[in-house]
Amino acid sequence: MTAHHPIHGHEATALSVRGLSKRFKGSAKPVWSNVSFEIPRGQRVAIIGGNGTGKSTLLRCCMRLIEPDAGDVFFGQQKITGLHVRHLAASRARVGFVFQKHNLVHRLSVLSNVIHGGMAHTRTPRLWFQSLAPKEIREHALHCLEQVNLADFCNRRTDQLSGGQSQRVAIARALMQKPNMIFADEPVASLDPQAGEDVMQVFSDLAQQKNLTLVFVTHHLEHALRYSDRVLGLREGALTLDTPTQGQSNQQLREMYE
Amino acid sequence: MNDLTAQKLPSRFDKPHASSVLMFAAFVAFFAWSVAAAGISVPELLEGLPNMAKIASEMVPPATDRVVPMMNSVLVTFQMALVGTVAGIVISIPLAILAANNYTPHPLVRTAIRSLVSFIRTVPDLAWALFFVASVGLGPFAGTLTLVMDTVGFCARFFAEAIEEVDEGPAEALTALGASKVSVIVCATLPMAMPSLINTSLFGLEKAVRSSVVLGLVGAGGIGAELATSMEMFRYDQAATIVLMIFALVVVVEMLSSRARNALIQKRS
Repeated sequence: MTAHHPIHGHEATALSVRGLSKRFKGSAKPVWSNVSFEIPRGQRVAIIGGNGTGKSTLLRCCMRLIEPDAGDVFFGQQKITGLHVRHLAASRARVGFVFQKHNLVHRLSVLSNVIHGGMAHTRTPRLWFQSLAPKEIREHALHCLEQVNLADFCNRRTDQLSGGQSQRVAIARALMQKPNMIFADEPVASLDPQAGEDVMQVFSDLAQQKNLTLVFVTHHLEHALRYSDRVLGLREGALTLDTPTQGQSNQQLREMYE
Repeated sequence: MNDLTAQKLPSRFDKPHASSVLMFAAFVAFFAWSVAAAGISVPELLEGLPNMAKIASEMVPPATDRVVPMMNSVLVTFQMALVGTVAGIVISIPLAILAANNYTPHPLVRTAIRSLVSFIRTVPDLAWALFFVASVGLGPFAGTLTLVMDTVGFCARFFAEAIEEVDEGPAEALTALGASKVSVIVCATLPMAMPSLINTSLFGLEKAVRSSVVLGLVGAGGIGAELATSMEMFRYDQAATIVLMIFALVVVVEMLSSRARNALIQKRS
């Protein structure tokens, strides 16, 4: 099943993946090979597939948190693969990455964690500690927390938050980057259904309001159907599904897991 | 129970292998030789018992004539331990980062730093004290330098292990947003490792306080010098006072360190 999406020139493309392959050391089979797709700006894309099909690895390879073996990744027109580490940081800065386990520093306050998101663009050591951060950065961090309805929790330590609240703090940290694209790796996997729904709604609203490109990995097919414009599916080492979400059913997507 | 079941039951004890028997015999022989080399002598022990009783009786009551200078020496001992520990901790943090698997710039750097820290730890405190007394002269400075080495040998190793064991998720999150390596270490790795770093540092302080007591015996300052003088002058009553002061110092430091540990390592409420 393959769908074609109109791409209006390079400017309209947020993420372009061309012939990407990855095999881990000691493994006979590649995780996936020759994966190619292009995502236009503002599109919301769900990546689905069974356990071990390399969905998270795909997101990490796009960010070069894991190095791909072959192929190229472009953020807009910027080629990410082959980019020197020094320049890589600047390209990563515009992409918010929200992890399954939220990956907050749990001994620090909510505000400190969100301010750390500002390190994407500001290199000053003043951002290491919220007490030393410049006023405009502190205010922007609070504004990001307001967008996920957690401004009242800014002084709290993150290990005193629920899973859903922690994930919303992670989203606020990503917003601090002023991103034009957000990658979310199973962002609701460890949350209860209601908290998961809330977090996905926050993602969806923000993507719409800010015209963000959203790429999220999920096992919740209802989320893929409700919150994405397009679904990509990985299976047996290849990208075997690339279709608009509209017109798809839970049953059709479930075939990816059989 | 039939015969077959009885045949299948394993014997209660395995027949030892000939090499195991040989090893055991060799150990027993070496231990017997070691007892002889250690100069263990029951007659000498019995002969010494009256002396022990005499010294013990002379220790009671403990002398109070030099309490003020002794308390001053105890304070200096603690100050040496505190400064030595803090300086050792400051030196240990960068060494630990370079020695940790997940942050070392090169495996050779890691091996070199680990070997250096092992060497520092292996050399006994008294040997370091003699070295520093010969280098910078008698007094508390030599003792403080010794305690710096003592702390580095202890803390750098355990800090490195704490850094290696930390959850890498927060560090990955900051790397993903483009933060520099130094920022990742300061903002994610060190705060995540903080409970373990605090624990190790406070144990380092307790260890330094105990070590600092004996450094005075070789002229490296502190209460140990007072103890050596009292013993040499057969003033066992003064020696008793010093031992009691050392005991009080160690107890107080351990108590305060335990409180500090609880206050600094706040658990999730």
